[in-house]
Amino acid sequence: MTDENRPGPTGGLPEPAVRRRRFGASLIWLVPALAALVGLSLAVNAWLQSGPTITISFLGAEGIEAGKTPVKYKNVVIGKVERIDLSPDRSHVLVRVALAKSAEGFATADTRYWVVRPRIGLGGVSGVDTLLSGSFIGADVGDSQEYRDLFTGLETPPAVLHGAPGKSFILHSDDLGSLDIGSPVYYRRIQVGRVASYQLDKDGKGVSLQIFVDGPNDRFVTQASRFWNASGVDVSLGADGLKVNSQSLATVLAGGVAFQDPPGPHDSTPAPENASFRLFADQATAMAPPDGPARYVRMRFDQSLRGLAVGAPVEFLGINIGKVVSINLDYDDARKRFPVLVGAVVYPQRLGRAYEKLSAAAQAKGDDADMANLVGKLVDHGLRAQARTGNLLTGQLYIALDFVPNAPKATFDPAGKPLELPTAPGSFDKLQEQLAEIVDKIQKIPFDSIGRNLDQTLAELHGTLRQVNGQVLPQFRSTLEGAQRTLGSADSALSADSPLQRSLGDTLEQLQRMARSLRALTDYLGGHPEALIRGRKADPVPGRPTPAPAETTKQGSQP
Amino acid sequence: MSALPRAAELGLIGCHVCGLVCRDTGREDAACPRCGAALHRRKRASVTRTWALLVAAFILYIPANVLPIMRTVSLGDVDDNTILSGVVELWVKGSPDLAVIVFTASIVVPMMKFLVIGMLLVCAQRGSRWAQAQRAKLYRMVEFIGYWSMLDVFVVALLTALVQFGFFSQVEPLPGVVYFGLTVVLTMLASMSFDPRMIWDAGTD
Repeated sequence: MTDENRPGPTGGLPEPAVRRRRFGASLIWLVPALAALVGLSLAVNAWLQSGPTITISFLGAEGIEAGKTPVKYKNVVIGKVERIDLSPDRSHVLVRVALAKSAEGFATADTRYWVVRPRIGLGGVSGVDTLLSGSFIGADVGDSQEYRDLFTGLETPPAVLHGAPGKSFILHSDDLGSLDIGSPVYYRRIQVGRVASYQLDKDGKGVSLQIFVDGPNDRFVTQASRFWNASGVDVSLGADGLKVNSQSLATVLAGGVAFQDPPGPHDSTPAPENASFRLFADQATAMAPPDGPARYVRMRFDQSLRGLAVGAPVEFLGINIGKVVSINLDYDDARKRFPVLVGAVVYPQRLGRAYEKLSAAAQAKGDDADMANLVGKLVDHGLRAQARTGNLLTGQLYIALDFVPNAPKATFDPAGKPLELPTAPGSFDKLQEQLAEIVDKIQKIPFDSIGRNLDQTLAELHGTLRQVNGQVLPQFRSTLEGAQRTLGSADSALSADSPLQRSLGDTLEQLQRMARSLRALTDYLGGHPEALIRGRKADPVPGRPTPAPAETTKQGSQP
Repeated sequence: MSALPRAAELGLIGCHVCGLVCRDTGREDAACPRCGAALHRRKRASVTRTWALLVAAFILYIPANVLPIMRTVSLGDVDDNTILSGVVELWVKGSPDLAVIVFTASIVVPMMKFLVIGMLLVCAQRGSRWAQAQRAKLYRMVEFIGYWSMLDVFVVALLTALVQFGFFSQVEPLPGVVYFGLTVVLTMLASMSFDPRMIWDAGTD
């Protein structure tokens, strides 16, 4: 800027001013160093934050998205799905989940994972929030410390989360009925739990249900508790009218389980965890005294069993002791008949004290107290199975075990498997038979010949009557005329002015006089009894008529 | 070798700001006697600075791509997107044109800038005479498109401000966008600190 600097190609140019240095060029490396530091810290942070990576296998990846679907425990995100692969055999999907560092404890052996999707069932609606936010994977951690990174995901959410207060119990049932996972468990119609899981028994002959009863109500499940399937409506028609019984509308549709202690004295200590119970079909069965072991018996009927259904009761002296389980037709080649084979299960313990006494008596005698032997004795005394009509309108039959008087001797094999009970025709059948016999006898009456004879007899009667008309009647008429004449003469003889009538009047008058004189005599004799001997006194009372001598009169009047 | 003498050969130095030509004293801390701006024949420590900024930008470019830049919450559906996943999503959901734009602005341009500036630096350090005119053109292009690399940052900033409908729809920025912004800023600084005259220091053919 100075003038002296201006002229000249180089010399005239101005000198540059001097300014203090700002900062060393090498300081610029602080920028990448800082960037590297930031990047490094991010990397370290990410490495520190990253927890274990686990793999969960599901049947399908519906609703799961790689890089997005979170894994939640108590609605807190503990991880995220990283990627989804098909298993090598394509049977299921493998979901790889990166767990957070803080969720390391979820990579343990007994952690359960399931996909939370919206579920709408009869029991309620769940997972509605996932309708909008998308599905997520739920987790439930257990107590195990054992590390594991391969899990099999549950297809349905577990009904019971780990650590929930309450107890699990096992129920055994013949079939599942309308129960499902999550079906309610009721105690006095209050929901206290739910069905956690179910599975077929190993032998396929029943279903085992796991139920969970929430605390503190789990203490109401005692050793003696009875469980029954509360599904559906129980309609009973009794002496007091129609009764409809159900737990709640929800159970009618979705099913449920109810339990209660039996009436009467029972063991009321709370049942331990995982205690086993039997699930009865209905409350009445559940509350009934225990049946004890069932015995299978077979009966062979020689008659049509129309109206006998599987499930029909087997009654002993009117007490239900079992039910019919099978009805089959057999063929007896020797007799060319089709006997019906009826299989039934009976519960000897339903006989109660009778059974106890019978077995006690048998044991006292040193016999085998087995039911076969007991039944053998009863059969000797006339125990027979009969198919009886339970309902005359519908014709339903039931099997009655009863003592049939004068039953024909039956063979009974106590060692037979199954036990075969001898049968007798039912009472209704007997009636039918007797009616048939009567009809048979009526049919044997010779109505034709009776008719012919009667016809003949009538013809003869006809001849007889004609004879009576022609001969007997004219004579009868003349006889009547004669009689009329006789009556006319009698009539005239008896008329008022007839001589007979007059003489009869005179006779009566004389008889009257005679009675009077007889009375005078008796009076006199009363006063003078000596007159009988001495005769009458000389001086009679003036004015009195002189009576006839007493002896003669008396003698004369006596005959 | 050009026939024309260069300023350095004549011992001259020009002020970048006011254009005053001074004598070159060779001092590092010279300033323009007229306007007071720093006088240097080439930008001071240009290569070093550019390298440093470029390296820093590249380091930050990694988290910018790895970390999610934006969270879209719509009806409870939370969706975190990185730059690349956003591009993929746009493409998959039927906006390939937008996907191409975002891809170009967010992936192609920064990568190109790294490559171009790196190449320019390497060539300048080696004193290469290869394609000097083209390199100069490239440098001008990098300088020009540098402004537009912030597209992603603008998108996130705009969406975050506009889409705030609570439960129904919401957009939140995530840390990735900060790193992306820093990357863009650093690349711009790097391209600024590069002295294009170095292209020609090796002399012209």
